[in-house]
Amino acid sequence: MSGKVITVTSGKGGVGKTTVTANLATALAMRGRKVVALDADIGLRNLDIVLGLENRIVYDLVDVVEGRCRLRQAMIKDKRHQELYLIPAAQTRDKSAVSPSDMVLVCNELRQEMDYIIIDSPAGIERGFRNAIAATDHVLIVTNPEVSAVRDADRIIGLIEAEEKGPACLIVNRVKPAMVSRGEMLSIEDIIDILAIQLVGVIPEDEHILIGSNQGTPVAMNGSNGASASQAFRNIAGRLEGEDVPFMELKAKISFLDRLSSLFN
Amino acid sequence: MGKAMSWVDRLLGREEKSGATAKKRLQMVLIHDRSDVSPGVLAQIKDEIIQVFVKHLDINPEDVVVNVDQDERESRLVAEVPLMALHANGRR
Ligand SMILES: Nc1ncnc2c1ncn2[C@@H]1O[C@H](COP(=O)(O)OP(=O)(O)O)[C@@H](O)[C@H]1O
Ligand SMILES: [Mg+2]
Repeated sequence: MSGKVITVTSGKGGVGKTTVTANLATALAMRGRKVVALDADIGLRNLDIVLGLENRIVYDLVDVVEGRCRLRQAMIKDKRHQELYLIPAAQTRDKSAVSPSDMVLVCNELRQEMDYIIIDSPAGIERGFRNAIAATDHVLIVTNPEVSAVRDADRIIGLIEAEEKGPACLIVNRVKPAMVSRGEMLSIEDIIDILAIQLVGVIPEDEHILIGSNQGTPVAMNGSNGASASQAFRNIAGRLEGEDVPFMELKAKISFLDRLSSLFN
Repeated sequence: MGKAMSWVDRLLGREEKSGATAKKRLQMVLIHDRSDVSPGVLAQIKDEIIQVFVKHLDINPEDVVVNVDQDERESRLVAEVPLMALHANGRR
């Protein structure tokens, strides 16, 4: 068996990399896949708390790399799923504790047992980012419909191409349909026009995401209880597995005044 | 930036929306980010290209247009030199 390594990255911080990693790993595990989520954000570990596994950590990625434990010992099983594991980042070390070639070794070992290795990248374009893409088969770039996030995404796309790790795919997170329909937010079409890469996901702004993080229960686990973000993550999982899942129509509640003014445009 | 809006335009919502402004500004800034050529250097290159045509051909600087064209993720400088104008100027 040879699993696929997927890196979730963005350039800019706070756009939703950890949220996407946690939910995508969850959604793929819910489809019966063997999945490991790997936190490459050394020194600023977060994937553990978003997945609700923070109290079960004994060993971390740096312990594996420095030979203090076997890889299996650092894989925390998420008991809510058949086969979902977390390899946490070290909290008290810095990015230089792991090298790109360490990442290749770790990922090659994981590939033999897992269907998917999903790597949560730190922000920035330095060592942590290099580590996160060292062994990647497929890069997912997360952005927000906002000028600085899109600009940083463009820079990352250029770097991924230069490293011959492309073509990268795009996830647009925190879309507010009402603002888009008022013309006060970049639309998905605008962002695709600008970045010229393939879209794999659109995630609306959704407070269920924060509620999920509060509880350590990724929103992708919420069945069909109305959270549109939950469906959005399951759709991305389907697309990554080659299904032709149509993009959800994000409906905006358009006010009478908005409609009136658009009549005159 | 854009000129001042009349109250009629404002009332009818004809002012450019911030989403459209964001798109235009991003497209401009990414030309420089991607090529690693600063706006000032790009302007200077344009000027010098125009000067080359003006030096060797009997042509007005206004007849030469140098623009940045975008195709997917590639930007290229495109110079347009109207040869008809060249002919006409030659007779002057
Ligand atoms: N679609 C969304 N709707 C609402 N909140 C979101 C959404 N995506 C992310 N967030 C929130 O934004 C914050 C930053 O997200 P995070 O995944 O930690 O970003 P990153 O890992 O890129 O720094 C978190 O508080 C998260 O809950
Ligand atoms: Mg993060």
